[in-house]
Amino acid sequence: MDLITPEFGLVFWTLITFLVLLFILRKFAWNPILGAVSEREEGIKDALASAEKARQEMENLQADNERILQEARAEREAMLKDAREMKAKMIADAKDEAQSQASKMIEQAQAAIESEKKAAMAELKSHVAGLSIEIAEKVVRDELSNKDKQLKLVENMLGETTLN
Amino acid sequence: MTLSTFKRLALTVLFLSVSLVGFARDSKEGGDDEKFDPKEMILHHVKDAYGMHIATLNQGKENEFHITIPLPVIVYTDKGLTTFSSSAFHHDYHGHEIVERNGQRFVNVHEKVYVLDEGASEVTFDAEGHPTNAHRPKFDLSITRNVFMMWVSIAVLLLIFLSAARRYKKSDEYVPSGIASFVEPLIVFVRDEIAKPMIGEHKYKKYMPYLLTIFFFIWINNIFGLIPILNGANVSGNIAFTFTLAAITFIITTFSGNKHYWQHIFWMPGVPVPMKIFLMPIEIIGMFVKPISLMIRLFANITAGHVIILALMSLIFVFKTEAMAPVSVAFSLFITVIEIVVTAIQAYIFTILSALYFGMATEEAHH
Repeated sequence: MDLITPEFGLVFWTLITFLVLLFILRKFAWNPILGAVSEREEGIKDALASAEKARQEMENLQADNERILQEARAEREAMLKDAREMKAKMIADAKDEAQSQASKMIEQAQAAIESEKKAAMAELKSHVAGLSIEIAEKVVRDELSNKDKQLKLVENMLGETTLN
Repeated sequence: MTLSTFKRLALTVLFLSVSLVGFARDSKEGGDDEKFDPKEMILHHVKDAYGMHIATLNQGKENEFHITIPLPVIVYTDKGLTTFSSSAFHHDYHGHEIVERNGQRFVNVHEKVYVLDEGASEVTFDAEGHPTNAHRPKFDLSITRNVFMMWVSIAVLLLIFLSAARRYKKSDEYVPSGIASFVEPLIVFVRDEIAKPMIGEHKYKKYMPYLLTIFFFIWINNIFGLIPILNGANVSGNIAFTFTLAAITFIITTFSGNKHYWQHIFWMPGVPVPMKIFLMPIEIIGMFVKPISLMIRLFANITAGHVIILALMSLIFVFKTEAMAPVSVAFSLFITVIEIVVTAIQAYIFTILSALYFGMATEEAHH
């Protein structure tokens, strides 16, 4: 029975001892330790979160880079295409230009030839007329020196005229 | 590590057997007519005492020598406070040695101080061994060996945890090092495995200091109880100790009880009225049974462990042969190893049940 009867003295000292222990440990051990532990846990949580965020950002950045690269590639492609087109166009334009220039020159040449030809013809005509007149003068002078012949001529002329 | 633990254990058991051999020889050589009484020996080891007796040398001879830490006896009687050293009793606990102090005569009868009645010069006993002409003092506030060991244990606890806490102040990165790395997992265990699941994420913080303190206080006293050279300082196996802690748990539970908790005790919701009336006394009894079960569980487990080890050792002296020693040592080694586990388990159970009761008291209505 003695064994299971709480002794007042021991209850008293246990109570005081325990309360003192609780007070001291709470103030100087539990609060600092628990505070530090939870602070560290928060820190770890934050660090993990920010690492995750950084990873996300990195991924975004990579995606951006990829996109930019893609765009650059497309742009280069377009520029090359433009250049090719421009080259073809320039060649075609030059060809056209040359063609038209050539035909123009040919035309001019033809026109010059034509006018030269006309001038030459006109000169030829005047020459021929001069020559004809001279010949006719000589022939007429020759003919007029002989009366008979003059008459005959007149007659011939007249005769021709009526025929007309 | 495991090897050194094993060595220490073996040494522990050796010490235990040595101290018991000394004790037993007393009964043997004290006279052949005086038989070895295992019950008395065990009870004396399990119960409290006024002095811290460690060993007796040259027992029964002329130059008998006791290694004892004398502790103060503090009693409060009608004549006021009286204090004297327990060494005044000269290791007598049969009421033979009479100590005269402050005009009173004190005797030690089975580690209880009695005050002799006026005029009496010698204690007389009745048939059951109770003193007939002496009475207990009004208050006995002696620093007994349990109180002394309790103070040693809190000194150790303060040393461990205050130095651990200092490590947290010093390092800016809060990286546990040294003693803190040993202590921190235990603290986090109490927080994550006991307080949080039992009380709940939001309210557990308030109870953490109490839970941590009882966990380590009970654990270290359980461990100290296993050190035989301290002659079975059975602090946590003393009902006064477990009574006090259970009472504190009860008080905290009662004062943190919310409306929901009291409603469940006095007027159980969700059942018919006759059932409510029937359940009320059961719940009220339950309120008190919970801390009483805490008190008895810790006391009985720790005391039982001590009794088993001492009983196994007593076998040697009951059979009066040294041939029994290897068997006793082997068995008590086995029990001691189990007891080492029990020290932690009992501290854990006391703490987790206290946390459970706090959790029940603060639980919010969920229906």
